[in-house]
Amino acid sequence: MSVQKLLEAHLRNSSSPVVSRSIVELVGKTPLVRINRITAELPKDVEIYAKLEGYNPGGSVKDRAALRMIEDAEDQGRLTRDKVILDSTSGNTGIAYSWIGAVKGYKVELVVPGNVSEERKKILNAFGAKVVFSSPLEGSDGAIRLAWKIYVEHPDRYCKLDQYNNPSNPQAHYDGTGAEIIAQTEGRVTHFVASIGTGGTIMGTGRRLKEFSKEIKVVAVEPDNAFHGLEGLKHMASSIVPGIYHEDELDEKIPAPTEESYLMAKRLAREEGLLVGQSSGAAMWAALELGKRLQKGVVAVIFPDNGDKYLSTRLWEV
Amino acid sequence: MAVKVRIPTPLRKLTNGADEVKADGANIKDVLNDLEKNFPGLKERICEPDGALRRFVNLYLNDEDIRFKDNLATTLKENDELSIIPAIAGGVF
Ligand SMILES: Cc1ncc(COP(=O)(O)O)c(C=O)c1O
Repeated sequence: MSVQKLLEAHLRNSSSPVVSRSIVELVGKTPLVRINRITAELPKDVEIYAKLEGYNPGGSVKDRAALRMIEDAEDQGRLTRDKVILDSTSGNTGIAYSWIGAVKGYKVELVVPGNVSEERKKILNAFGAKVVFSSPLEGSDGAIRLAWKIYVEHPDRYCKLDQYNNPSNPQAHYDGTGAEIIAQTEGRVTHFVASIGTGGTIMGTGRRLKEFSKEIKVVAVEPDNAFHGLEGLKHMASSIVPGIYHEDELDEKIPAPTEESYLMAKRLAREEGLLVGQSSGAAMWAALELGKRLQKGVVAVIFPDNGDKYLSTRLWEV
Repeated sequence: MAVKVRIPTPLRKLTNGADEVKADGANIKDVLNDLEKNFPGLKERICEPDGALRRFVNLYLNDEDIRFKDNLATTLKENDELSIIPAIAGGVF
């Protein structure tokens, strides 16, 4: 037999449904980078470090949650070859499902509010996902409701990963993000700051950090108003509260104003060389507010994605 | 000019839950002022203190972005439809 034939026979007989594990292995282990100039006004013993989740293969923190939700569903037998992955998303989770679905050979169907940035729509299309748009007037809650409607009409066709209620979402951060921050700060971390969408990042990471030391403070950042311009974030008081979100596990919630968050995203680009999204601007704005109140501390803050997906918006026109 | 204004979910607590309201005005700026009279607090959510449209807010006149027309000075016809849409999708991703 020729080498080619041997190789083909091997691939045919392989029991693993995974096309290639190489790219999925690149999810997580993101860099933690010191913020230097923006923090100049803080006491010298207050250090702020940003975890750059834009370094994930799909460009956002949601790669972690999506990969874990998909692989846990495979292990549980809920996700099989014949199923289509279905969920509602305002973009980043959808991008993560789409590329991971492409790698593993699953069809992906997403319900996305019609007003997400053009870049997101194009990226989803590039990865071959089927996208259903929900009313832009209804925001992400409209997408949640429409995805459930699609699911209950054909429950046998879909595997609904339900990022808002799926424990695999925070678990990805418990095992990954939280453990990485402890290692990267050599256990020195005193405060953790993250913005909330599903709450997966803050819940899973927070739990891991609290287990490591009860002294570590977990601080959530949310839009200061129901009507806001922070893509990916949820104003909890006016939204469908995700099942995985438990406010009692937080030490504090800081409301971030849209305009100040945009301005901070611009400063991150011009003063730190970091082109990041709106929710990173919000998280950094809150981390700085927090830092001003401290005498001493090591603050780890999540930057959920890069800014290149927002170039069509007015994010940097301050 | 009487026009229809479509209200996004997060602003409906200012319109007593209504997803569509009527307003009057020769142009969009007038309509926003008329809205503010009936639904106090609505205008400051849509406009900056100096009156300019907030950067994360898009107004669509019959499905066309008013920034590609005459912005707030765009004139209106009877029964035009104006939609207020945040330039992002609040919620997750
Ligand atoms: C840009 C952006 N920032 C922040 C978040 C919040 O992350 P989480 O869902 O883990 O709360 C998301 C997604 O949900 C997002 O897309």
